[in-house]
Amino acid sequence: MLEKALKGNVGYWAWILCLLGIMGVGVICYAVQFNYGLGATGMSRDVTWGIYISQFTFLVGVAAGGLMLVLPYYLHHYKDFGRITILGEFMAIAAVAMCLLFIMADLGQPMRALNVVFHPTPNSMLFYDMIVLNGYLFLNVVCGWVVLHSEYKGIKYPNWVKPLIYLSIPWAVSIHTVTAFLYCGLPGRHFWLTAILAPRFLASAFAAGPALLMVIALIMKQTTKFNVGRVAQDKLVTIIGYAAILNFFFLGCEIFVAYYSQIPGHMHTLDYLFFGLTDHATGEVYNNLVPFMRASVIMGFAGIALLFFSRSQKSDSMLAISCILIFVSFWIDKGLGLVLGGFVPNGMEQITEYIPTGIEIGVTAGIWATGFFIITVLYKIAISVKLENEKTA
Amino acid sequence: MDNSRRKFLKIAGISAVATVGAPAALNLLTGNAHASSGHGAPQAAAPAAHGAPAAHGEAPTGKRYGMVIDARKFHANPGLAEKCIEACHTNYNVPDFGNKKDEIKWLWKMPFANAFPEHSHYKKDHTVHSMDFLVTCNHCDKPPCVRACPTKATFKNKDGIVMMDFHRCIGCRFCMAACPYGARSFNWRDPRGSENGVPFIKKLNHDFPTRMRGVVEKCSFCALRLAEGKLPLCVEATGDTGAMFFGDLNDPHSDVSKVLQSKFTIQRKPALGTTPSVFYII
Amino acid sequence: MYDKGKIVPGLIIFVGLMLFAIFNNAGQKPQPPKLEKPEGYKECVLPVEEMKQSHMVLLNEWRDEVIREGKREQVKVGGKMFDKSLQRGCMHCHTSKKKFCDVCHEFASVYPYCWDCHIAPQRDMADQEAK
Repeated sequence: MLEKALKGNVGYWAWILCLLGIMGVGVICYAVQFNYGLGATGMSRDVTWGIYISQFTFLVGVAAGGLMLVLPYYLHHYKDFGRITILGEFMAIAAVAMCLLFIMADLGQPMRALNVVFHPTPNSMLFYDMIVLNGYLFLNVVCGWVVLHSEYKGIKYPNWVKPLIYLSIPWAVSIHTVTAFLYCGLPGRHFWLTAILAPRFLASAFAAGPALLMVIALIMKQTTKFNVGRVAQDKLVTIIGYAAILNFFFLGCEIFVAYYSQIPGHMHTLDYLFFGLTDHATGEVYNNLVPFMRASVIMGFAGIALLFFSRSQKSDSMLAISCILIFVSFWIDKGLGLVLGGFVPNGMEQITEYIPTGIEIGVTAGIWATGFFIITVLYKIAISVKLENEKTA
Repeated sequence: MDNSRRKFLKIAGISAVATVGAPAALNLLTGNAHASSGHGAPQAAAPAAHGAPAAHGEAPTGKRYGMVIDARKFHANPGLAEKCIEACHTNYNVPDFGNKKDEIKWLWKMPFANAFPEHSHYKKDHTVHSMDFLVTCNHCDKPPCVRACPTKATFKNKDGIVMMDFHRCIGCRFCMAACPYGARSFNWRDPRGSENGVPFIKKLNHDFPTRMRGVVEKCSFCALRLAEGKLPLCVEATGDTGAMFFGDLNDPHSDVSKVLQSKFTIQRKPALGTTPSVFYII
Repeated sequence: MYDKGKIVPGLIIFVGLMLFAIFNNAGQKPQPPKLEKPEGYKECVLPVEEMKQSHMVLLNEWRDEVIREGKREQVKVGGKMFDKSLQRGCMHCHTSKKKFCDVCHEFASVYPYCWDCHIAPQRDMADQEAK
């Protein structure tokens, strides 16, 4: 089946080359970081996690979002998702691969990463995260590949993958729950110390994952003969829309609890994210993330409105824009605000801001390019098989 | 045996296992497998552990080392805090990078408002406001950093000291996110390096290792010196000023226990349930 | 077989390249490295052969015992007590890292990271500064 990825038009190869170029830049930047130490990033004693871990957190969501495409088809026999289920599984593979790369990039001693396996520590949430992420990768690789390969040969997939497919459904929930538990079990980090963190993660995941898939599907509709179909598209709008609304509902709950209770620790980070914090000793105002966070809220609401409007208008371009708006909105919310905000102010009520360095952005771009490379190759294979089958059928 | 009875027995059996097993699993998860030495009542040590022959391995000794810092004495002796910090940082080869971003510190000074952010600062007297407080790792009885560490590179040893095993640390910095006291530092760059010809470690102490880049470090309560029967360096540096007391919190006759019984002291962020072993006289 | 003309020579070149290291050194007797032995000491904490083979295992055990279990009791060698410590134990007798550790590690092409943190004895430092 792999040979399908080796046949493509000029556009396909140009895109592949472009991704390989960015990946190369990422490798060079990582080499610099590896030789100098993590001091090559913008992280500091007070903000100890930066965009690597925040991208990781966001991408766990994208991976878990694949669930929304697998579940209706396999659990509810919703036949209209038959063409995109495999895309959900393959997107999860790319997203989890990116997650693992981001974790490796963030380690101070990457050569010792296997210590997590050699010295298993069941009281650490990172131990469980290692298990669920690798497990989810394994499940999706096996299920996705076996199902597609059977389709390639024109037979029904073997029965032994069925349990694995069913297992992958709760497993998707587990990866994002455990990732939320990394944060919400830490005493003294008020912004993260909230029981609604895992549900909020899941809500944003179930919107952002399918939104990305929708954008890719619409691009493929333009560039290939592959069409997911109007019915599936409309159903996805419902899923993305409600998940996005839920996400904002949860965010609203957080805002209510913080500002109605007026407990300073609970308000500080939200203040920092949406209004900026003033250092009382020096009078300096810290508000790096304010424009991003405000843009995130506006884009999120605009995206939701446009999403449902696009369905009534049956407009693909409007649908694409709304999905991009929602995806970017949630990327800012989780891929920037959630992780970086949790460190401001620190436990001693001191404010240190974080700005990523060029090296850090280079590595991040390289890892994203790697993810898109995996997605491109896997989707190329998947749609080639699907289109060929439909031709012969 | 009919079907429903078999089913009932099955369910009963599973429930029994779950009832017995669940608390144990929960203990494992929260890292309380070792008997805690009890918060707020250090004198109530587990009697069985006391005086019992030293068990092999990592069995707790019933000890819980702790410290009392008298902030008034530090205020009355200007330069004393710096002397303590100097004694610590030179002995442990703590590098000075000359900037806040890469900063590494084991023991440092902080104003009241930052050291005790949950206390009211409204109309505090001028002395307290101008006082600097020596802060370091609290060697908590329930350390959140130990709970977070995925490799047991940081762990609570048999004497209640929260230790770092630099050989095992993978540099994930989860412990730094978990510590509410900012006690942990990360080697963002090679501590053995130099900038403009000035080495980050001014004078190397050949009796203690440095660290390598990419690992986390912090105060160890001078565990090695304690094993040799000596006091921690900072406590030693205060001489006979009475600014610091050190000893076993679980021994009612130790220096610290006596001070704690007779003076009003506070801990940093007690509401978080980490049960710090460092106490302050204001 | 298709493409016999390409595959067979290709295979021969590949196997030849892989075996080059063996051909190149065939018949030569490797010269074991000469280590500097400490003066005035006759025995180590374990017999020489055991130390040669598994000193790294011992070091790992010591490390875990000292740091993790707090078992810091000294070891007795030839009537003298020594710390279970690389810097303060081993290097107390073996006063040069360059002339002891490095000679053999370079010969065997192993690069342990001990010295990224642990500090080499004063003698090495003095040698370095003299250069």
